[in-house]
Amino acid sequence: MQTAAEKQMLDTSAVSIRPIVEITALRKSYGTNEVLKGIDLQVAQGEVIAIIGKSGSGKSTLLRCINGLEVFQKGTLTVDGKPLLHDNAQAMRELRQRVGMIFQSFNLFPHLTVGKNIMLAPSLVKKTDGAAATTQARKLLDRVGLAEKFDAMPDQLSGGQQQRVAIARALAMEPAVLLCDEITSALDPELVGEVLRVVESLATEGMTLLMVTHEMSFARKVSDRVIFMHQGRVHEMGPPAEVFGNPQTPELKQFLSSLHD
Amino acid sequence: MVDFTLWDIFRNLLLAARWTVGLSLIAFIGGGIVGLLLLVLRLSKAPGSNLFVGGYVQLFQGTPLLMQLFLAYFGIALFGIKTSAWVAASFALTLYTSAFLTEIWRGCVAAIPKGQWEASQSLAMSFREQLQYIVLPQALKIAIPPTVGFLVQVVKGTALASVIGFIELTKAGTMITNATFQPFIVYSCVALLYFSLCFPISLYAKTLERKINANRR
Repeated sequence: MQTAAEKQMLDTSAVSIRPIVEITALRKSYGTNEVLKGIDLQVAQGEVIAIIGKSGSGKSTLLRCINGLEVFQKGTLTVDGKPLLHDNAQAMRELRQRVGMIFQSFNLFPHLTVGKNIMLAPSLVKKTDGAAATTQARKLLDRVGLAEKFDAMPDQLSGGQQQRVAIARALAMEPAVLLCDEITSALDPELVGEVLRVVESLATEGMTLLMVTHEMSFARKVSDRVIFMHQGRVHEMGPPAEVFGNPQTPELKQFLSSLHD
Repeated sequence: MVDFTLWDIFRNLLLAARWTVGLSLIAFIGGGIVGLLLLVLRLSKAPGSNLFVGGYVQLFQGTPLLMQLFLAYFGIALFGIKTSAWVAASFALTLYTSAFLTEIWRGCVAAIPKGQWEASQSLAMSFREQLQYIVLPQALKIAIPPTVGFLVQVVKGTALASVIGFIELTKAGTMITNATFQPFIVYSCVALLYFSLCFPISLYAKTLERKINANRR
């Protein structure tokens, strides 16, 4: 039983500082190989976070832990106050409705039209009725600039268009947090811009974003906070101006300079 | 001595071919259902399911169908259940077919990129929804040619049911030979009938394959 005072305290903390994603002492290993060695991270509502680092530093794994695609062994992770419980299918289903994800390789469903790609999950999981789902899908396609592609098949689209459909598909579940896993890495250089513009508009509209990215200038421009990961740990963290302008550790300095070669 | 015309022989074989078709259909349908259940069980990653289904598949792939028929025929009787050649043959062929089909289909599901599972999982879809709407429809397309190819094997496999006294095409052929003393003619007709059952299936597999590839473009 909570006392009134405690309840009051909880309530105020919920309003002011309750993070949307809270990760505490998270450890993850594949067999004996530990890839995440104790991650602590709090993400505030509406915050845009860029995660950078060398390949193998654990940044994608961290991202994939947040929606349960990877199982971690130690630590806790909560989204919107709800803990991630791998063994509880119902809890995972609820959590995943709050967390959207966009992948490097788009992962659109090739046997369904663009419209159906977007409408499938809302109609199955949220039981949105057909007409409402169609309206929503058209609205989202319009938002990513592909209004006329509703009936197209995924393989008729360019990579950049496919990735924008994937963004629309994730948004259709109305997530509180959006995870972006190197979403422009598989794109031809001339198609990167159209995807990043959509992500930027989401950031301006207040979406909470966690993105693993190699687009440093984009990270610098859009993010509120940059996390540099190194050997399974958060090595350095801060506002983009500081992380890029005034790196503190030799590892980050080396990483940044290697980008300019 | 009675003379048999070619038509007499052919007509009787044709009548017996009904049982070959019937047994094949039972094996297709029963094997398909059991095979699908085993596939879902294996994909569910329930504890022990992989071991169980793997063992099941190895058991039926690693022993001759003839032995499976014998064991079914004499084995069911051991449990005190009165069995007929029909029941034993249907039972053995269903299990045999299911073991092969589940393994064929597992390969087809494995060919679906992991990203499809991950994307549908991220969209909060349940295991059943992932299978029903994302994975199986895509796996079905690649599964048709090898499945139909295997069904041809099953049609020919039903010939072995003759050894437990099931009167189908082959057994009828043997019986007619005993009466007519014209084995070459009789067995030629038997072979022709098997061919006319299997060839259309193979042809259909080719057509389907072409159709699916055309859809992919």
